[in-house]
Amino acid sequence: MNLVVNGKKTDTTDGLTVSELLVKEDVKMPEMVSVELNGKILKRSEFETTTLNDDDQVEFLYYMGGGSVAN
Amino acid sequence: MSLTEQQIERYSRHIILEQVGGVGQEKLLSSKVLIIGAGGLGAPAGLYLAAAGVGTIGIVDGGTIGIVDGDKVELSNLQRQVIHHTSDVGTEKIESARSKMLAVNPDVKVNTYHQWATAENIREIIRDYDFVIDGTDNFSAKFLINDACYFERVPFSHAGILRFDGQLLTVLPGKSTCYRCIFDAPPPADAVPSCSQAGILGVLAGVIGSLQATEAIKYLLGIGDLLSDTLLTYNALTMNFRRVRLNRNPDCRLCGDEPEITELKDEQQVVCDLKNCKC
Repeated sequence: MNLVVNGKKTDTTDGLTVSELLVKEDVKMPEMVSVELNGKILKRSEFETTTLNDDDQVEFLYYMGGGSVAN
Repeated sequence: MSLTEQQIERYSRHIILEQVGGVGQEKLLSSKVLIIGAGGLGAPAGLYLAAAGVGTIGIVDGGTIGIVDGDKVELSNLQRQVIHHTSDVGTEKIESARSKMLAVNPDVKVNTYHQWATAENIREIIRDYDFVIDGTDNFSAKFLINDACYFERVPFSHAGILRFDGQLLTVLPGKSTCYRCIFDAPPPADAVPSCSQAGILGVLAGVIGSLQATEAIKYLLGIGDLLSDTLLTYNALTMNFRRVRLNRNPDCRLCGDEPEITELKDEQQVVCDLKNCKC
């Protein structure tokens, strides 16, 4: 199936969950990511239970503090 | 308020803009913006807001929690915090920032708050301002600013920067997506990038801090499209800007349908402490 992940078209296997997509997209620290699926922010507990469908729009939104971490 | 001859000359490049004009410039001169953090983001924001003639600019900086003398200018700040000069090393950041803003434009009033923003003091400070710029470097402060601005209904610009990436979002509390709509709570401490992974391209802070100042000025003038319900992300290596459309989250614990957060609380401090870091 085709997904749009962070604006880029991605071809994936059918029935992928959000958690599996995070692995596939090589997100190293999923704890630092919030996921928006078709305009809706998912709860963290929904990552494993949410199955993606063809043409879904997925955004990985990253926690970003300041670069001057403790100066 | 009517502009003096000197002000007409100083702000002439604003005044000739149809969307600003004399009326808009007068609006800026009677506006109040609070900058929280006199670091990489606050530096360009402070300088541009002063240059733009934003009449009252408040600046809050108590330093970095856990760092001795974190409120003083250090040599390692100068790579990105352009409001501080080499001769300022060792002086209080807030005074260094204030003197530069006044040097750029003596027309403006600069209020300084030499303290950490906490649940006890922040609401009282922000309620005097029309717009807030989050120029902080840690998640607890970012959540605190989001929540305090929600309770006081003061719009603000959130921003984050790391390595070559930056992002910003403008929040119109109660009307648009807030920081907690996206990120429910600060990340676990062990997930925050370690010192060896952190770092920042200095000019990135200038890009993002300047965009925050742009949002403040647009909000004050009531012009253009704000980055509300929109996260703007930027990568300095690819030079890609992306707008991610957002919607308010009905499950948001702060501004959702059934809010759980009904009073301001400090979140646990989560930062990488370079001086005690074993990385």
